[in-house]
Amino acid sequence: MNPSEPAMNDRSADTASLLTLDGLATHLGSATQPVRAVDGVSLQIRRGETFVLLGESGCGKSMIALSIMRLLPHSGRIVAGDILLDGQSLRALSEAEMRSERGGRVGMIFQEPMTSLNPVMTVGEQVAEAVRLHDQRNRHRVDERVVELFRSVGIPDPQRRVHEYPHQLSGGMKQRVMIAMALGGRPDLLIADEPTTALDVTIQAQVLDLLKQLQRETGMAILLITHDLGVVAEMADRVGVMYAGQLLEINDVAGFFARPAHPYSRKLFRSVPKAEKRDQGLDVIPGMVPALNQPFDHCRFADRCELVEQRCRTQLPPWRGAAESGYRCHLDPDEVKDLGSRVPAAPRTAQGAGEALLDVRQLKVHFPVHKGVLRRVAGFVKAVDGVDLSIPSGSTVALVGESGCGKTTVGKAILQLHRPTAGQVLFDGTDLAHVAGAELRRLRREFQIIFQDPASSMNPRMLVEDIIAEGLVAQRIGGNRAQRRSLVERLLEQVGMPAGAADRYPHEFSGGQRQRIAVARALAVQPRLIVCDEPTSALDVSVQAQVLNLLKELQLELGLSYLFITHNISVVAYLAHEVAVMYLGRIVEYGEVGQVLREPLHPYTRALLSAVPVPDPGHRRAVIKLEGDMPSPVDPPSGCHFHPRCPDAMAVCRERYPQVSEIGPVRRVACWLTVPGQQRQTGS
Amino acid sequence: MPFQPVILWTDALVYLLLVLAAGMLWYTRGHEHLMQPWRRVAGSRTAQAALVVLSSYLVIGLLDTLHFHPRTGDREAADVVYSTEVSSLFDVIAGPLRTQREKTYSAPFAIHLFSKETIEKADGTTVRDYPRLAYGGAHLDAHGTGRLADILGKALAGAVKWALAWSLLLVLLCRFSRARILRLLGGRMRNPWHVAAWSALLLMGVFGALWEMAGYYHVLGTDKVGEDVFFQSLKSIRTGLIIGTLTTLVMLPAAILLGIMAGYFRGWVDDLIQYLYTTLNSIPGVLLIAAAVLMMQIYMSNHADDFNSLTERADLRLLFLCLILGVTSWTSLCRLLRGEALKLRDLEYVQAARAFGVGHFRILLRHVLPNVMHIVLIAVVLDFSGLVLAEAVLSYISIGVDPATNSWGNMINGARLELAREPVVWWSLLAAFGFMFTLVLAANLVSDVVRDALDPRLRQ
Amino acid sequence: MTAYIIRRLLYALPILIGVNAFTFVLFFVVNSPDDMARMHLGGKRVTDQAIQGWKEEHGYAKPLLINRERQGSDMFTETILFEKSLRLFLFDFGQSDSGRDISHDISQRMWPSLAIALPTLLVGLAVNITFALLLAFFRATYLDLWGVVICVAMMSISSLFYIIGGQFLVGKLLNLVPISGYDTGVHAWKFMILPVIVAVIGGIGSGTRWYRTLFLEEIHRDYVRSARAKGLSEQRVLFRHVLRNAMIPILTGVVVVLPLLFIGSLLTESFFGIPGLGSYTIDAINNQDFAIVRAMVFLGAVLYILGLLLTDISYTMVDPRVRLD
Repeated sequence: MNPSEPAMNDRSADTASLLTLDGLATHLGSATQPVRAVDGVSLQIRRGETFVLLGESGCGKSMIALSIMRLLPHSGRIVAGDILLDGQSLRALSEAEMRSERGGRVGMIFQEPMTSLNPVMTVGEQVAEAVRLHDQRNRHRVDERVVELFRSVGIPDPQRRVHEYPHQLSGGMKQRVMIAMALGGRPDLLIADEPTTALDVTIQAQVLDLLKQLQRETGMAILLITHDLGVVAEMADRVGVMYAGQLLEINDVAGFFARPAHPYSRKLFRSVPKAEKRDQGLDVIPGMVPALNQPFDHCRFADRCELVEQRCRTQLPPWRGAAESGYRCHLDPDEVKDLGSRVPAAPRTAQGAGEALLDVRQLKVHFPVHKGVLRRVAGFVKAVDGVDLSIPSGSTVALVGESGCGKTTVGKAILQLHRPTAGQVLFDGTDLAHVAGAELRRLRREFQIIFQDPASSMNPRMLVEDIIAEGLVAQRIGGNRAQRRSLVERLLEQVGMPAGAADRYPHEFSGGQRQRIAVARALAVQPRLIVCDEPTSALDVSVQAQVLNLLKELQLELGLSYLFITHNISVVAYLAHEVAVMYLGRIVEYGEVGQVLREPLHPYTRALLSAVPVPDPGHRRAVIKLEGDMPSPVDPPSGCHFHPRCPDAMAVCRERYPQVSEIGPVRRVACWLTVPGQQRQTGS
Repeated sequence: MPFQPVILWTDALVYLLLVLAAGMLWYTRGHEHLMQPWRRVAGSRTAQAALVVLSSYLVIGLLDTLHFHPRTGDREAADVVYSTEVSSLFDVIAGPLRTQREKTYSAPFAIHLFSKETIEKADGTTVRDYPRLAYGGAHLDAHGTGRLADILGKALAGAVKWALAWSLLLVLLCRFSRARILRLLGGRMRNPWHVAAWSALLLMGVFGALWEMAGYYHVLGTDKVGEDVFFQSLKSIRTGLIIGTLTTLVMLPAAILLGIMAGYFRGWVDDLIQYLYTTLNSIPGVLLIAAAVLMMQIYMSNHADDFNSLTERADLRLLFLCLILGVTSWTSLCRLLRGEALKLRDLEYVQAARAFGVGHFRILLRHVLPNVMHIVLIAVVLDFSGLVLAEAVLSYISIGVDPATNSWGNMINGARLELAREPVVWWSLLAAFGFMFTLVLAANLVSDVVRDALDPRLRQ
Repeated sequence: MTAYIIRRLLYALPILIGVNAFTFVLFFVVNSPDDMARMHLGGKRVTDQAIQGWKEEHGYAKPLLINRERQGSDMFTETILFEKSLRLFLFDFGQSDSGRDISHDISQRMWPSLAIALPTLLVGLAVNITFALLLAFFRATYLDLWGVVICVAMMSISSLFYIIGGQFLVGKLLNLVPISGYDTGVHAWKFMILPVIVAVIGGIGSGTRWYRTLFLEEIHRDYVRSARAKGLSEQRVLFRHVLRNAMIPILTGVVVVLPLLFIGSLLTESFFGIPGLGSYTIDAINNQDFAIVRAMVFLGAVLYILGLLLTDISYTMVDPRVRLD
């Protein structure tokens, strides 16, 4: 064994820990050129603690979980190392013996609750399977036990719910069922692989809270896998940072947030957008994660590290410190501290206070619901139900809300990709809702869109040149082929891509690069407004920083206006001038971004903000728990849409939708609490 | 000129198909992402072997597609007269196979007829016996002594001849480079070309042996009217290929256009197209084909004067069969494409194109069509084998190709009643089934590989 | 649900009208009744009188769309369109060109068809699912590989070969059961067993391969991973989770052909001499009896639409996610 590896020979350490990974290596794909998804990972998890594996996509953190469970995909195999559960090697177990551990002493929940449950089996039956297999004591009373489990994971009305099918439950409820299923075997260790990534932030808060509570009750250890520093701060006792198949750092959570040891960890912190960084650029990690289908003979972070030295490029870095706390680097701790003395390029936030470029008035987008023998329109999905919004030129308005609140539909209705049912979309004085045909086509060069998923936002069968030039051709601008080509190259340069990228296909680029190409495509027609529909949600935090920097620079340079649609509050804090909070098709609060985030007035805004995990373990916030899920936009609740979940609901909230109270020049809140007369009533 | 070229309707379409295929090949070569799936196909040993079999069928089919009127009368005559009969290049090459007809059934490699006849002897007496064949084994003596040795010798000679041809071809393809030949045969290329090379050798050897023997014997026997079964089986290849390819060719434009339009535009366009294919689909396919073919038969028999020759008539009937098969088979592809277009229209790159004000037609052409082409290609290769099999069934229930056309279905139809004979006349049936099975199996194997290579969902 | 069924039945109407219009054009416009008569009477040297007589006899001696010699509603009812095409909507199939009552024939002949087709379907389903499960269980092993190769080989063999070969082998060489014919009552099984076995074997290749694909598709889904994470054994995962989900497309694929079982299989019936609707159709085609072909086209369309409706209903029964409204 490599002497620089953390000392695992110490058997006493093994017995103290519940789970020990000792030099675990997992390969995928062919034997001749395997992908080294996990490349020598050693760690220990103690009883009752929460160990968080932090890492960006593709770093191998999920493969560790699947290796422990022996649930690797078909081409995957463990090639070296050992997995000890309570001192017993899981690798030595036969498949039959492993089955009793899987779901027994080790339970697991997955990222996608939507697809992780069998759609044609009741959720109760799926949980019962786990109980029957692993819970000897409750074999004779499986049904009761299932109801107990449902109750313990906070599913309301468990007796009824056990008979329901997955599609009848919301995403949060499904994840609770998954947790109940894992708890059915009374596990000592629960592996949670990105359990809240697919969920909204308020639901995430509920689920994380539940996990903590269950841990207190059962004393199980949790191996939590995440990419979110906020979740780490919220949940972790100890944390391990994964990069390119290896652990770069293991630390206890306080130490990690106070003094991250590895240069990569430090860079990660610096690339997180925050309100305090508004007037500077975000730190970015240049370059890309190295391909894992090669053996490494040097530090795998060397190419992207600011502190790189000669030895980093020639020798494997040693593990510094102890097994339970240390990092893998050539540099001493005080050498690492030098990081960040170099100030990154600092785009300031533009001073956005021009004339209103876009003015949206009472925008409604209703989708008809057909019913009955003759498919008559029986109702409407009121995706957008009366939205007022105005974007001054040169500034950024963020539209925030949870999935299904209609924020994306607002964006598409502004661009006339969905035609509005009612209302006005005044762009520079022209009502877009009432132009069509050639005129609309001509106007389209003024407003563009950037989408969330860089993988599907570009036609895989077109060259980057053709993708970027598409708008030029459609708008009949940009001259002949040669002129277009030079324009495309200039645009690529503008977004920080080499001109040679024009001759390649989109799949040859990473997510961040593709998003830059998407920006270049939008810029090609020289728009004045760009709707950014969650442009960074699919990106890792270090890559997100690149894109946010770019967007900010472009605004400053070209005076662009952005409608920034997102659910990520920290991005809003960093980027936006004004923010609109949407709930069920309507804007409930609107105002200058600092004000809204500092002192939210609407109860929903308050709950939303309180649910966002903050990457600071010292920050103990009081999460305002919201009951239940967002109601269906087909049949919104009477009165204020938010009242069934509102902790401050009053009688009047059930009857009438609140009138909008204007507080200050731009601040608007739609809540009875802020209506002067009503507020008095609650006070009394 | 010793001949006058004839282009039948199906010939013209085959040429069109070849031009299209060549154009697609040329286009694909220029686009790396389009080449990739085909590289995967080339990397499959199964596909290499199966493609060799398919191309051998294709060569015979194409030779049989070059049609002409041969010149008749004596060469010295001043005015050139062409026969009304239509021949193909393959007929010329096959030469004696076509002309050397026996009286009736004879078994493979037999030198006597299959049934006894009254033979008048030289001395005037008559006996009931199996008469000698006019051509089969005619070079042997009266008792056919040394037949087995002769057959084996001929087979060996043929195999060696064609193996030589194979090596010549190999040398040509490897551009006279010894190193390249060795690398290829040793399987040390990036793709398993050696599988193709060796299966070509095997195939050419077997075919060479058969071909050589066919000059002296009826290797697969003769049928009721004494026609060589081996010749019939080879002639049937063209019919099978035509049905398998032209049917898809004629249905593709409608299926693609209507399918992506229905999915992309939704609304009333979608309703109309869906109505169209549900209606067509609701008529059981066989009945639709039966009805259409019967109607065509009546039409043709009532308008017999419109056709210059029997060949032309049979050809039109073949084309019509392709058309009607196309009508019954475009619906499933159309539905598939509609579903895909429904998904594509909501994809972000299509939305982005709309945000630029790109027109619908251009979106369909640039964004939707290229991204459904893999489905189209998969459908084309998958349909091929089914259509070849369908031809046999349809011809069997006499709603297939013209009885005058050589086809495996007609061979089976003609031979099935002879199973009741004692001893059994089995060679026509087995020959037809064997040739059909080889083609369909090869096509199925290729289509499996092609589907795996083209379908992104299956790649994991 | 009821509203849904009513709506679907209403949707069926335009489709049937479309089918009828199509067949009307095919049978009466492409070729005139005169052409048909001429063909039936044989050749070209047929007198006009004979043609007229044939048309009178078979009820084709009327105008196609409008009868101007009649008054009132008879103007429209005394036409070929009404008599030969619209009457089908009332399931009044009229007389065949050889003078038999088609409705009566159909009601007689659908039962033998069903007696062959239903066992074929059920046995085939059981056999194919069993083989496919076996291959899915041993996926990515040599058993699976060779299983698929055998399937591909079997589906490359013409169905005619299965029938002719089966008949030859079992009937003629082994002399186990009669080659063809049909009997009602207890002895029917003797005549049924060979066609059923032959049809099942002929369908194994494509059936097994198709079901295997369905199973493998399900096996790669997330919920299967959750089931394994529970510690379920591979067999239980396969039977309780994969099979249950894969049965949805399988069952609905079966339901859509259920009504069409009444029509039976053309090939099987004509080869084995089963007096069902399949051989009825074949005979009609061979005798060029267009009245029967027309009737069968209409009947086929009706049964197909019925099959679609049953499919939708069966979805609601096997898939809890689907609700009709």
